[in-house]
Amino acid sequence: MKILAVAVNTYKEAIRDKILYNLLIFSLILIGGSILLATLTVGEQKKIIIDFGLASINLFGVFMAIFLGIGLVSKEIEKRTLYTVLSKPIGRTEFLLGKYAGLLLTLGVNVVVMGMGLYLTLMFNQFRWALPIWDVDPRLIEAIGMIYIELALLTAVALLFSTFTTTTLAAIFTLSIYVIGHVSGDLMKMGENSGQVGFLLKGIYYALPHLSNFDIKGQVANGIAIEPIYFLYTTLYALAYGTILIGLASFIFKRRDLR
Amino acid sequence: MQTKIVIEIAQLTKTYTLGLGQVPLRALEGLDLNVHEGEVFGFLGPNGAGKTTTIKILMGLIHPTSGTTKLLGQSIDNIQTKSKIGFLPESSHFYEYLTASEILTFYGHLFDLPKRTIKERTISLLKQVGLESSANMQLRKFSKGMLQRIGIAQALINDPELVVLDEPMSGLDPIGRKEMRGLIQNLKTQGKTVFFSSHITHDVEMICDRIGILVGGRLLRIGGLSELLADGKETLEDYFIRIVQEDRLG
Repeated sequence: MKILAVAVNTYKEAIRDKILYNLLIFSLILIGGSILLATLTVGEQKKIIIDFGLASINLFGVFMAIFLGIGLVSKEIEKRTLYTVLSKPIGRTEFLLGKYAGLLLTLGVNVVVMGMGLYLTLMFNQFRWALPIWDVDPRLIEAIGMIYIELALLTAVALLFSTFTTTTLAAIFTLSIYVIGHVSGDLMKMGENSGQVGFLLKGIYYALPHLSNFDIKGQVANGIAIEPIYFLYTTLYALAYGTILIGLASFIFKRRDLR
Repeated sequence: MQTKIVIEIAQLTKTYTLGLGQVPLRALEGLDLNVHEGEVFGFLGPNGAGKTTTIKILMGLIHPTSGTTKLLGQSIDNIQTKSKIGFLPESSHFYEYLTASEILTFYGHLFDLPKRTIKERTISLLKQVGLESSANMQLRKFSKGMLQRIGIAQALINDPELVVLDEPMSGLDPIGRKEMRGLIQNLKTQGKTVFFSSHITHDVEMICDRIGILVGGRLLRIGGLSELLADGKETLEDYFIRIVQEDRLG
Protein backbone atom coordinates (compact mmCIF):
# COMPACT_ATOMS: atom_id res chain seq x y z
CA MET A 1 0.00 0.00 0.00
CA LYS A 2 2.81 2.40 0.94
CA ILE A 3 4.78 1.46 -2.18
CA LEU A 4 1.62 2.02 -4.22
CA ALA A 5 1.09 5.46 -2.61
CA VAL A 6 4.62 6.53 -3.55
CA ALA A 7 4.22 5.07 -7.05
CA VAL A 8 0.95 6.91 -7.67
CA ASN A 9 2.49 10.12 -6.36
CA THR A 10 5.50 9.72 -8.67
CA TYR A 11 3.14 9.15 -11.59
CA LYS A 12 1.12 12.24 -10.66
CA GLU A 13 4.30 14.32 -10.52
CA ALA A 14 5.27 13.21 -14.01
CA ILE A 15 1.88 13.72 -15.61
CA ARG A 16 1.53 17.17 -14.06
CA ASP A 17 4.87 18.20 -15.54
CA LYS A 18 4.52 20.12 -18.80
CA ILE A 19 7.91 18.95 -20.04
CA LEU A 20 6.61 15.38 -20.30
CA TYR A 21 3.72 16.53 -22.49
CA ASN A 22 6.08 18.51 -24.69
CA LEU A 23 8.23 15.42 -25.18
CA LEU A 24 5.19 13.24 -25.87
CA ILE A 25 3.64 15.67 -28.36
CA PHE A 26 6.97 16.15 -30.11
CA SER A 27 7.43 12.39 -30.41
CA LEU A 28 3.90 11.96 -31.83
CA ILE A 29 4.56 14.72 -34.39
CA LEU A 30 7.77 12.96 -35.38
CA ILE A 31 6.06 9.56 -35.67
CA GLY A 32 3.21 11.08 -37.71
CA GLY A 33 5.72 13.06 -39.75
CA SER A 34 7.40 9.84 -40.87
CA ILE A 35 4.59 9.56 -43.40
CA LEU A 36 6.01 12.61 -45.21
CA LEU A 37 9.43 11.02 -45.21
CA ALA A 38 7.92 7.88 -46.69
CA THR A 39 6.21 9.94 -49.41
CA LEU A 40 9.55 11.32 -50.55
CA THR A 41 11.01 7.83 -50.87
CA VAL A 42 10.28 5.43 -53.65
CA GLY A 43 8.87 2.14 -52.33
CA GLU A 44 9.09 0.57 -48.87
CA GLN A 45 7.00 3.33 -47.30
CA LYS A 46 5.79 0.99 -44.61
CA LYS A 47 9.32 -0.05 -43.63
CA ILE A 48 10.43 3.58 -43.38
CA ILE A 49 7.50 4.50 -41.15
CA ILE A 50 8.20 1.49 -38.90
CA ASP A 51 11.93 2.28 -38.74
CA PHE A 52 11.39 5.93 -38.04
CA GLY A 53 8.48 5.38 -35.65
CA LEU A 54 10.28 2.77 -33.52
CA ALA A 55 13.41 4.93 -33.43
CA SER A 56 11.29 7.86 -32.22
CA ILE A 57 9.64 5.78 -29.49
CA ASN A 58 13.06 4.55 -28.41
CA LEU A 59 14.66 8.00 -28.43
CA PHE A 60 11.88 9.78 -26.57
CA GLY A 61 11.50 6.87 -24.16
CA VAL A 62 15.20 7.14 -23.35
CA PHE A 63 14.84 10.91 -22.87
CA MET A 64 11.96 10.35 -20.46
CA ALA A 65 13.64 7.50 -18.58
CA ILE A 66 16.86 9.47 -18.07
CA PHE A 67 15.25 12.86 -17.53
CA LEU A 68 12.76 11.57 -14.95
CA GLY A 69 14.88 8.71 -13.56
CA ILE A 70 17.87 10.82 -12.51
CA GLY A 71 15.68 12.98 -10.29
CA LEU A 72 13.81 10.14 -8.59
CA VAL A 73 15.81 10.46 -5.38
CA SER A 74 18.29 13.32 -5.89
CA LYS A 75 15.54 15.83 -6.71
CA GLU A 76 13.69 14.79 -3.55
CA ILE A 77 16.84 15.49 -1.56
CA GLU A 78 17.60 18.76 -3.35
CA LYS A 79 14.01 19.97 -2.93
CA ARG A 80 13.87 18.58 0.65
CA THR A 81 10.57 16.84 0.02
CA LEU A 82 12.06 13.57 1.25
CA TYR A 83 12.23 14.51 4.93
CA THR A 84 8.50 14.42 5.58
CA VAL A 85 8.09 11.20 3.59
CA LEU A 86 10.86 9.24 5.30
CA SER A 87 9.79 10.43 8.75
CA LYS A 88 6.65 8.37 8.16
CA PRO A 89 6.59 4.58 8.68
CA ILE A 90 7.99 3.70 5.26
CA GLY A 91 11.34 2.02 4.74
CA ARG A 92 13.89 3.51 2.38
CA THR A 93 13.74 0.41 0.16
CA GLU A 94 9.94 0.67 -0.01
CA PHE A 95 10.33 4.31 -0.99
CA LEU A 96 12.79 3.42 -3.79
CA LEU A 97 10.52 0.66 -5.06
CA GLY A 98 7.57 3.07 -5.09
CA LYS A 99 9.52 5.70 -7.00
CA TYR A 100 10.71 3.07 -9.50
CA ALA A 101 7.23 1.60 -9.97
CA GLY A 102 5.79 5.10 -10.47
CA LEU A 103 8.24 5.87 -13.22
CA LEU A 104 7.67 2.47 -14.87
CA LEU A 105 3.97 3.30 -14.93
CA THR A 106 4.66 6.72 -16.44
CA LEU A 107 6.94 5.24 -19.08
CA GLY A 108 4.43 2.47 -19.78
CA VAL A 109 1.62 4.95 -20.44
CA ASN A 110 3.86 7.06 -22.67
CA VAL A 111 5.18 4.09 -24.64
CA VAL A 112 1.61 2.87 -25.18
CA VAL A 113 0.52 6.34 -26.42
CA MET A 114 3.54 6.55 -28.75
CA GLY A 115 2.93 2.98 -29.95
CA MET A 116 -0.69 3.85 -30.71
CA GLY A 117 0.58 6.89 -32.62
CA LEU A 118 2.77 4.60 -34.73
CA TYR A 119 -0.09 2.17 -35.41
CA LEU A 120 -2.39 5.05 -36.39
CA THR A 121 0.28 6.42 -38.75
CA LEU A 122 0.67 3.00 -40.37
CA MET A 123 -3.10 2.60 -40.69
CA PHE A 124 -3.35 6.01 -42.32
CA ASN A 125 -0.61 4.97 -44.73
CA GLN A 126 -2.56 1.82 -45.61
CA PHE A 127 -5.67 3.93 -46.19
CA ARG A 128 -3.71 6.34 -48.41
CA TRP A 129 -2.55 3.49 -50.65
CA ALA A 130 -6.01 1.91 -50.64
CA LEU A 131 -4.70 -1.15 -48.76
CA PRO A 132 -6.55 -2.97 -45.96
CA ILE A 133 -6.39 -0.63 -42.97
CA TRP A 134 -5.84 -3.38 -40.35
CA ASP A 135 -3.03 -5.03 -42.28
CA VAL A 136 -0.24 -3.54 -40.18
CA ASP A 137 2.59 -5.58 -38.72
CA PRO A 138 1.47 -7.06 -35.34
CA ARG A 139 5.13 -7.75 -34.56
CA LEU A 140 5.59 -4.08 -33.84
CA ILE A 141 4.41 -4.91 -30.34
CA GLU A 142 7.46 -7.14 -29.91
CA ALA A 143 9.82 -4.26 -30.73
CA ILE A 144 7.88 -1.79 -28.57
CA GLY A 145 7.86 -4.31 -25.71
CA MET A 146 11.63 -4.70 -25.94
CA ILE A 147 12.03 -0.92 -25.97
CA TYR A 148 9.99 -0.76 -22.78
CA ILE A 149 12.08 -3.43 -21.08
CA GLU A 150 15.23 -1.55 -22.04
CA LEU A 151 13.72 1.66 -20.61
CA ALA A 152 12.89 -0.18 -17.37
CA LEU A 153 16.52 -1.28 -17.09
CA LEU A 154 17.80 2.21 -17.93
CA THR A 155 15.51 3.66 -15.26
CA ALA A 156 17.05 1.30 -12.71
CA VAL A 157 20.50 2.61 -13.75
CA ALA A 158 19.27 6.20 -13.33
CA LEU A 159 17.71 5.33 -9.96
CA LEU A 160 21.00 3.89 -8.72
CA PHE A 161 22.95 7.03 -9.64
CA SER A 162 20.17 9.18 -8.24
CA THR A 163 20.70 7.71 -4.75
CA PHE A 164 24.26 8.96 -4.31
CA THR A 165 24.95 11.81 -6.68
CA THR A 166 23.47 15.05 -7.97
CA THR A 167 20.88 15.23 -10.74
CA THR A 168 23.42 16.55 -13.26
CA LEU A 169 26.04 13.89 -12.54
CA ALA A 170 23.37 11.17 -12.54
CA ALA A 171 22.32 12.35 -16.02
CA ILE A 172 25.90 12.19 -17.32
CA PHE A 173 26.54 8.75 -15.80
CA THR A 174 23.24 7.26 -17.01
CA LEU A 175 23.70 8.62 -20.51
CA SER A 176 27.24 7.18 -20.57
CA ILE A 177 25.95 3.77 -19.48
CA TYR A 178 23.29 3.96 -22.18
CA VAL A 179 25.84 4.72 -24.91
CA ILE A 180 28.39 2.15 -23.71
CA GLY A 181 25.60 -0.38 -23.16
CA HIS A 182 24.87 -0.18 -26.88
CA VAL A 183 28.45 -0.70 -27.99
CA SER A 184 29.39 -3.29 -25.37
CA GLY A 185 29.61 -5.97 -28.08
CA ASP A 186 32.39 -3.95 -29.74
CA LEU A 187 34.26 -3.79 -26.42
CA MET A 188 34.31 -7.61 -26.33
CA LYS A 189 35.65 -7.77 -29.89
CA MET A 190 38.30 -5.16 -29.12
CA GLY A 191 39.28 -7.08 -25.99
CA GLU A 192 39.87 -10.38 -27.77
CA ASN A 193 43.38 -9.54 -28.98
CA SER A 194 44.45 -6.78 -26.63
CA GLY A 195 46.30 -8.53 -23.77
CA GLN A 196 45.82 -6.96 -20.35
CA VAL A 197 43.74 -4.09 -21.72
CA GLY A 198 41.60 -6.76 -23.29
CA PHE A 199 41.02 -8.30 -19.87
CA LEU A 200 39.78 -4.91 -18.65
CA LEU A 201 37.55 -4.45 -21.69
CA LYS A 202 36.07 -7.91 -21.14
CA GLY A 203 35.44 -7.00 -17.50
CA ILE A 204 33.59 -3.85 -18.59
CA TYR A 205 31.67 -5.93 -21.14
CA TYR A 206 30.38 -8.32 -18.50
CA ALA A 207 29.69 -5.62 -15.90
CA LEU A 208 27.72 -3.22 -18.08
CA PRO A 209 24.17 -3.87 -19.26
CA HIS A 210 23.99 -5.24 -22.80
CA LEU A 211 21.38 -2.80 -24.01
CA SER A 212 21.90 -3.63 -27.68
CA ASN A 213 20.24 -6.99 -26.96
CA PHE A 214 16.93 -5.16 -26.62
CA ASP A 215 17.24 -3.49 -30.00
CA ILE A 216 15.22 -5.57 -32.43
CA LYS A 217 13.89 -2.64 -34.44
CA GLY A 218 15.86 -3.58 -37.55
CA GLN A 219 14.67 -7.20 -37.50
CA VAL A 220 11.03 -6.16 -37.07
CA ALA A 221 11.20 -3.51 -39.81
CA ASN A 222 12.80 -6.04 -42.19
CA GLY A 223 10.41 -8.84 -41.27
CA ILE A 224 13.11 -11.07 -39.77
CA ALA A 225 11.66 -13.60 -37.32
CA ILE A 226 12.93 -13.77 -33.73
CA GLU A 227 12.80 -16.93 -31.63
CA PRO A 228 10.43 -16.68 -28.62
CA ILE A 229 13.24 -17.96 -26.38
CA TYR A 230 15.19 -14.79 -27.21
CA PHE A 231 12.47 -12.68 -25.62
CA LEU A 232 12.47 -14.89 -22.55
CA TYR A 233 16.25 -14.70 -22.09
CA THR A 234 16.49 -10.95 -22.61
CA THR A 235 13.56 -10.32 -20.25
CA LEU A 236 15.11 -12.53 -17.58
CA TYR A 237 18.44 -10.78 -18.11
CA ALA A 238 16.77 -7.37 -17.61
CA LEU A 239 14.97 -8.65 -14.52
CA ALA A 240 18.15 -10.03 -12.96
CA TYR A 241 20.24 -6.98 -13.83
CA GLY A 242 17.51 -4.59 -12.67
CA THR A 243 17.14 -6.44 -9.35
CA ILE A 244 20.88 -6.14 -8.72
CA LEU A 245 20.78 -2.40 -9.55
CA ILE A 246 17.84 -1.72 -7.25
CA GLY A 247 19.41 -3.84 -4.50
CA LEU A 248 22.58 -1.77 -4.83
CA ALA A 249 20.58 1.46 -4.84
CA SER A 250 18.81 0.36 -1.66
CA PHE A 251 22.12 -0.61 0.00
CA ILE A 252 23.59 2.85 -0.72
CA PHE A 253 20.45 4.82 0.07
CA LYS A 254 19.91 3.12 3.44
CA ARG A 255 23.36 4.23 4.57
CA ARG A 256 23.07 7.78 3.31
CA ASP A 257 22.69 10.71 5.69
CA LEU A 258 19.88 12.98 4.52
CA ARG A 259 21.38 16.28 5.66
CA MET B 1 5.11 9.95 40.17
CA GLN B 2 7.74 9.59 37.45
CA THR B 3 6.22 10.07 33.97
CA LYS B 4 7.10 7.92 31.00
CA ILE B 5 10.16 8.93 29.00
CA VAL B 6 9.14 9.62 25.41
CA ILE B 7 12.48 10.75 23.99
CA GLU B 8 15.62 9.13 25.33
CA ILE B 9 18.96 10.30 24.00
CA ALA B 10 22.18 8.85 25.42
CA GLN B 11 25.73 9.91 24.57
CA LEU B 12 24.73 10.97 21.08
CA THR B 13 27.60 12.06 18.88
CA LYS B 14 27.58 12.99 15.23
CA THR B 15 30.61 13.83 13.17
CA TYR B 16 30.13 14.77 9.52
CA THR B 17 32.86 13.71 7.15
CA LEU B 18 33.30 16.48 4.63
CA GLY B 19 35.20 16.52 1.35
CA LEU B 20 38.75 15.34 0.83
CA GLY B 21 41.31 17.30 2.85
CA GLN B 22 38.66 18.92 5.03
CA VAL B 23 38.51 18.55 8.78
CA PRO B 24 35.50 16.46 9.92
CA LEU B 25 32.75 18.54 11.51
CA ARG B 26 31.58 17.48 14.95
CA ALA B 27 27.92 18.50 15.11
CA LEU B 28 26.97 16.73 18.34
CA GLU B 29 29.11 15.69 21.28
CA GLY B 30 27.87 13.23 23.88
CA LEU B 31 24.31 14.56 24.04
CA ASP B 32 22.20 13.17 26.89
CA LEU B 33 18.56 14.21 27.01
CA ASN B 34 15.24 12.85 28.20
CA VAL B 35 11.83 14.25 27.36
CA HIS B 36 8.84 13.15 29.42
CA GLU B 37 5.33 12.26 28.37
CA GLY B 38 2.95 15.19 28.01
CA GLU B 39 5.54 17.95 28.24
CA VAL B 40 6.38 20.70 25.77
CA PHE B 41 10.13 20.71 25.44
CA GLY B 42 11.95 23.64 23.83
CA PHE B 43 15.28 22.84 22.23
CA LEU B 44 16.99 26.19 22.19
CA GLY B 45 20.27 26.99 20.49
CA PRO B 46 21.98 29.41 18.14
CA ASN B 47 22.25 28.64 14.42
CA GLY B 48 24.55 25.68 13.82
CA ALA B 49 24.26 24.39 17.40
CA GLY B 50 23.19 20.91 16.25
CA LYS B 51 19.43 21.17 16.82
CA THR B 52 18.45 19.99 13.32
CA THR B 53 21.10 17.26 13.40
CA THR B 54 19.61 15.95 16.67
CA ILE B 55 16.09 16.02 15.26
CA LYS B 56 17.14 14.33 12.01
CA ILE B 57 18.84 11.56 14.00
CA LEU B 58 15.68 11.14 16.07
CA MET B 59 13.66 10.81 12.86
CA GLY B 60 16.08 8.32 11.31
CA LEU B 61 17.14 10.67 8.52
CA ILE B 62 20.75 10.85 9.70
CA HIS B 63 22.78 8.04 11.24
CA PRO B 64 24.57 8.84 14.52
CA THR B 65 28.32 8.35 14.80
CA SER B 66 27.78 6.91 18.29
CA GLY B 67 25.22 6.90 21.05
CA THR B 68 21.62 5.76 21.18
CA THR B 69 18.17 7.24 20.78
CA LYS B 70 14.80 5.84 21.69
CA LEU B 71 11.39 7.25 20.88
CA LEU B 72 8.41 5.95 22.86
CA GLY B 73 10.70 3.26 24.23
CA GLN B 74 11.68 1.93 20.81
CA SER B 75 14.50 2.39 18.35
CA ILE B 76 13.74 4.57 15.33
CA ASP B 77 15.21 1.79 13.17
CA ASN B 78 11.96 -0.01 13.89
CA ILE B 79 9.71 1.48 11.19
CA GLN B 80 6.59 1.04 13.33
CA THR B 81 7.93 3.51 15.90
CA LYS B 82 7.26 6.24 13.36
CA SER B 83 3.56 5.43 13.23
CA LYS B 84 3.10 7.26 16.55
CA ILE B 85 5.20 10.29 15.68
CA GLY B 86 4.43 13.51 13.82
CA PHE B 87 7.27 15.51 12.30
CA LEU B 88 7.58 18.95 10.77
CA PRO B 89 10.99 19.59 9.21
CA GLU B 90 12.72 22.96 9.14
CA SER B 91 11.49 25.23 6.30
CA SER B 92 8.90 22.77 5.04
CA HIS B 93 9.05 21.69 1.43
CA PHE B 94 6.25 19.62 -0.01
CA TYR B 95 5.21 18.23 -3.37
CA GLU B 96 4.01 21.48 -4.90
CA TYR B 97 2.05 19.78 -7.69
CA LEU B 98 -0.35 18.26 -5.15
CA THR B 99 -3.31 20.03 -3.59
CA ALA B 100 -3.64 20.43 0.17
CA SER B 101 -6.14 17.56 0.31
CA GLU B 102 -4.02 15.32 -1.90
CA ILE B 103 -0.87 15.77 0.15
CA LEU B 104 -2.62 14.89 3.41
CA THR B 105 -4.18 11.84 1.73
CA PHE B 106 -0.74 10.81 0.45
CA TYR B 107 0.81 11.03 3.91
CA GLY B 108 -2.19 9.20 5.38
CA HIS B 109 -1.50 6.28 3.02
CA LEU B 110 2.09 6.12 4.26
CA PHE B 111 0.65 5.33 7.70
CA ASP B 112 -1.60 2.66 6.16
CA LEU B 113 -4.61 4.45 7.62
CA PRO B 114 -8.04 3.37 6.38
CA LYS B 115 -9.38 5.54 3.54
CA ARG B 116 -12.28 6.77 5.62
CA THR B 117 -10.01 7.84 8.49
CA ILE B 118 -7.76 9.68 6.03
CA LYS B 119 -10.72 11.52 4.56
CA GLU B 120 -12.12 12.49 7.96
CA ARG B 121 -8.76 13.59 9.33
CA THR B 122 -7.93 15.55 6.18
CA ILE B 123 -11.15 17.56 6.49
CA SER B 124 -10.75 18.13 10.22
CA LEU B 125 -7.04 19.05 10.02
CA LEU B 126 -7.53 21.48 7.15
CA LYS B 127 -10.20 23.14 9.25
CA GLN B 128 -7.96 23.12 12.32
CA VAL B 129 -5.11 24.91 10.50
CA GLY B 130 -7.48 27.27 8.69
CA LEU B 131 -6.93 25.92 5.17
CA GLU B 132 -10.35 24.40 4.45
CA SER B 133 -11.04 26.94 1.70
CA SER B 134 -7.69 26.04 0.04
CA ALA B 135 -8.23 22.27 0.14
CA ASN B 136 -8.17 21.94 -3.65
CA MET B 137 -5.43 24.46 -4.33
CA GLN B 138 -2.02 23.24 -5.49
CA LEU B 139 0.72 23.88 -2.93
CA ARG B 140 2.77 25.82 -5.51
CA LYS B 141 0.26 28.64 -4.97
CA PHE B 142 0.63 28.60 -1.16
CA SER B 143 2.36 31.34 0.83
CA LYS B 144 5.12 30.49 3.34
CA GLY B 145 2.62 30.71 6.21
CA MET B 146 0.15 28.43 4.43
CA LEU B 147 2.91 25.89 3.76
CA GLN B 148 3.85 25.91 7.43
CA ARG B 149 0.20 25.22 8.28
CA ILE B 150 -0.02 22.33 5.86
CA GLY B 151 3.24 21.15 7.44
CA ILE B 152 1.57 21.06 10.83
CA ALA B 153 -1.48 19.31 9.37
CA GLN B 154 0.65 16.55 7.81
CA ALA B 155 2.49 16.12 11.12
CA LEU B 156 -0.85 15.38 12.81
CA ILE B 157 -2.45 13.14 10.15
CA ASN B 158 -1.74 10.02 12.24
CA ASP B 159 -2.92 11.53 15.55
CA PRO B 160 0.60 11.11 16.97
CA GLU B 161 1.65 10.67 20.58
CA LEU B 162 4.84 12.62 20.02
CA VAL B 163 5.16 15.70 17.79
CA VAL B 164 8.62 16.84 16.73
CA LEU B 165 8.83 20.29 15.18
CA ASP B 166 12.03 21.75 13.75
CA GLU B 167 11.93 25.57 13.93
CA PRO B 168 8.14 25.71 13.54
CA MET B 169 8.01 29.51 13.98
CA SER B 170 10.73 30.18 11.44
CA GLY B 171 9.63 32.63 8.73
CA LEU B 172 6.20 33.23 10.24
CA ASP B 173 4.79 36.70 10.93
CA PRO B 174 3.71 37.60 14.50
CA ILE B 175 0.15 36.38 13.85
CA GLY B 176 1.40 33.11 12.43
CA ARG B 177 3.74 32.64 15.40
CA LYS B 178 0.92 33.27 17.83
CA GLU B 179 -1.26 30.72 16.03
CA MET B 180 1.57 28.20 16.11
CA ARG B 181 2.02 28.71 19.85
CA GLY B 182 -1.71 28.19 20.32
CA LEU B 183 -1.53 25.02 18.28
CA ILE B 184 1.34 23.64 20.35
CA GLN B 185 -0.51 24.45 23.56
CA ASN B 186 -3.56 22.74 22.15
CA LEU B 187 -1.49 19.60 21.47
CA LYS B 188 -0.33 19.64 25.09
CA THR B 189 -3.95 19.89 26.23
CA GLN B 190 -4.65 16.76 24.19
CA GLY B 191 -1.93 14.97 26.18
CA LYS B 192 0.64 14.87 23.39
CA THR B 193 4.35 15.36 23.93
CA VAL B 194 5.85 18.19 21.87
CA PHE B 195 9.56 18.57 21.17
CA PHE B 196 10.45 21.64 19.18
CA SER B 197 13.61 23.47 18.27
CA SER B 198 13.93 27.21 18.07
CA HIS B 199 16.37 30.05 18.38
CA ILE B 200 13.59 32.48 19.31
CA THR B 201 13.62 32.71 23.12
CA HIS B 202 10.32 34.58 23.33
CA ASP B 203 8.38 31.67 21.81
CA VAL B 204 10.19 29.12 23.92
CA GLU B 205 9.59 30.84 27.26
CA MET B 206 5.90 31.32 26.52
CA ILE B 207 4.96 27.69 25.95
CA CYS B 208 7.65 25.30 27.19
CA ASP B 209 7.55 23.20 30.33
CA ARG B 210 11.27 22.53 30.05
CA ILE B 211 14.08 23.96 27.99
CA GLY B 212 17.37 22.53 26.82
CA ILE B 213 20.11 24.88 25.62
CA LEU B 214 22.38 23.39 22.99
CA VAL B 215 25.56 25.18 21.98
CA GLY B 216 28.28 23.76 19.75
CA GLY B 217 26.74 20.30 19.82
CA ARG B 218 26.72 20.14 23.65
CA LEU B 219 23.76 20.48 25.99
CA LEU B 220 24.83 23.27 28.34
CA ARG B 221 21.66 23.72 30.40
CA ILE B 222 18.40 21.90 30.91
CA GLY B 223 15.43 22.60 33.16
CA GLY B 224 12.18 24.47 33.66
CA LEU B 225 12.07 28.22 33.13
CA SER B 226 11.90 28.89 36.87
CA GLU B 227 14.94 26.65 37.47
CA LEU B 228 17.02 28.29 34.77
CA LEU B 229 16.09 31.82 35.79
CA ALA B 230 16.16 31.13 39.52
CA ASP B 231 17.57 34.49 40.54
CA GLY B 232 14.82 36.29 38.60
CA LYS B 233 17.20 38.99 37.33
CA GLU B 234 17.38 37.91 33.71
CA THR B 235 14.98 37.25 30.90
CA LEU B 236 15.41 33.96 29.00
CA GLU B 237 16.93 35.93 26.11
CA ASP B 238 19.58 37.52 28.39
CA TYR B 239 20.25 34.18 30.02
CA PHE B 240 20.58 32.44 26.65
CA ILE B 241 22.96 35.09 25.26
CA ARG B 242 25.09 34.94 28.40
CA ILE B 243 25.36 31.14 28.24
CA VAL B 244 26.31 31.21 24.56
CA GLN B 245 28.90 33.95 25.07
CA GLU B 246 30.42 32.27 28.13
CA ASP B 247 30.80 29.08 26.13
CA ARG B 248 32.43 30.89 23.21
CA LEU B 249 34.89 32.58 25.55
CA GLY B 250 35.71 29.13 26.93
